[in-house]
Amino acid sequence: MPETLLKVENLQAWYGESHILHGVGFEIGRGELVTLLGRNGAGKTTTLKSVMGIVEKRTGSVRFEDREIIGRASDEIARMGIAYCPEERGVFSSLNVEENLLLPPVVKPGGMSLAEIYGLFPNLEERRRSQGTKLSGGEQQMLAIGRILRTGAGLLLLDEPTEGLAPVIVQRIGEIIRQLKGRGFTILLVEQNFHFAATVADRHYVMEDGRVVDMVTSADVQQNIGKLQAYLGV
Amino acid sequence: MFELLGIPPQALFGQLLLGLINGAFYAMLSLGLAVIFGMLNVINFTHGAQYMMGAFAAWLMLTQLDIPFWAALVLSPLVVALFGILLEKVMLKRIYHLDHLYGFLLTFGLALIIEGSFQWKWGSSGAPYPSPIPGGTNLGFMYMPNYRAFVVVAALVICLATWYGIERTKFGAYLRAATENPTLVRAFGINVPRLITLTYGLGVGLAALAGVLAAPIQQVSALMGTNLVLVVFAVVVIGGMGSIMGSIVTGFGLGLVEGLTKVFYPPASNTVIFVVMAIVLLVKPAGLFGQSK
Repeated sequence: MPETLLKVENLQAWYGESHILHGVGFEIGRGELVTLLGRNGAGKTTTLKSVMGIVEKRTGSVRFEDREIIGRASDEIARMGIAYCPEERGVFSSLNVEENLLLPPVVKPGGMSLAEIYGLFPNLEERRRSQGTKLSGGEQQMLAIGRILRTGAGLLLLDEPTEGLAPVIVQRIGEIIRQLKGRGFTILLVEQNFHFAATVADRHYVMEDGRVVDMVTSADVQQNIGKLQAYLGV
Repeated sequence: MFELLGIPPQALFGQLLLGLINGAFYAMLSLGLAVIFGMLNVINFTHGAQYMMGAFAAWLMLTQLDIPFWAALVLSPLVVALFGILLEKVMLKRIYHLDHLYGFLLTFGLALIIEGSFQWKWGSSGAPYPSPIPGGTNLGFMYMPNYRAFVVVAALVICLATWYGIERTKFGAYLRAATENPTLVRAFGINVPRLITLTYGLGVGLAALAGVLAAPIQQVSALMGTNLVLVVFAVVVIGGMGSIMGSIVTGFGLGLVEGLTKVFYPPASNTVIFVVMAIVLLVKPAGLFGQSK
């Protein structure tokens, strides 16, 4: 495995009184594309939100580029170079497409230019003056991904980017995610769609009841297909 | 000269001008309230007291420090905005996660304390502030005091500049986005707590600016904002909370409605805005320009 970029150990998290994560551990090397798989409610989204600092109550250790970030506020974590694309996409309705794209501030050099992002998502350029939420679901997803590529963040947290999209759009998003990996982005992807995840990722962590219970590399997926299907209940 | 429905034109245009001036203040104040509510989720009942503080600061600057009106127009809003920022940092920020009622109680209590203190120190009779642009112009159909014409134009410029700042600039984009989803904006690396503090400072500064503009027209007194703020809340409700252009249009519009009522049926002039509010709430509960959630 390449040099470790993100290392999560014994991560626990709470929403109010409910204890959601019970000691999550995994790591990602620089340039890797890793997925978190698991059923609904296994704690995948909460794990992303905890890494990002959005879940208020969390303990354990999250190290990014060898620095502990568990106690930091989410704006600080973002400025260290982690970018987040939420499951609900979070496209702002009071901003047009271009304002949405330009919203996240550049935190480090080396991010993509607006022209490069429009090159990746030509639809967005055509609709740059449209209200963000007037776009189709697929376009909104592309906007939500495109928006975090400008900032220079090296680690992207993508929460279910294929959810609710037509197969042809899912395929397009798969191509884009592969291209992003090719450009050197490190990606942590949360997915329900295992078939999609298997086509893009290097490794898969399986979550159950707020813990990581297994890890399978993409090369070993075929041998372990029965076990994975049991985990995911598909 | 001609008469309109038995009303002499001097009276009609005089009241329309008065309505326009009142409308200018309604617009500037409701704008600040709308911006603050959108971002802080707090109904800022201290707004009237902060308007009064703006007028008082200008008056104190003139009488104690010989600072002229035009300098006070900049300095006084800055001073009062800093006071607002202090208030936000020390008190308001502790109640954002609570129900609106707590924000209302806190800011209402603060308004009482601030107005009480000013009343205790300077009394409630009010002090005059000399007009910085004395004289007037005869427009043929009416006599137009120069300073009042200036206030109407200045208020329009201030309102449009605020609209531009919020709808067309990067800072405004942060503000609009953070109003919608502060958690996500923060997760993009923007210091949202500081943005909230600045927004409150901006809203309070706008109230103080309106106060400075009002000083030469009204008496500078501790309670000058008390009645005004009630009308302004009605304006905000009619226009729809959180709509910038809505606040501006509704502010000026209701000022004119009030002025016309004074001409045609004076007894209703104090209540007409609240009647309009009741009707709007019945027909369109989110306000004329508001979006229902």
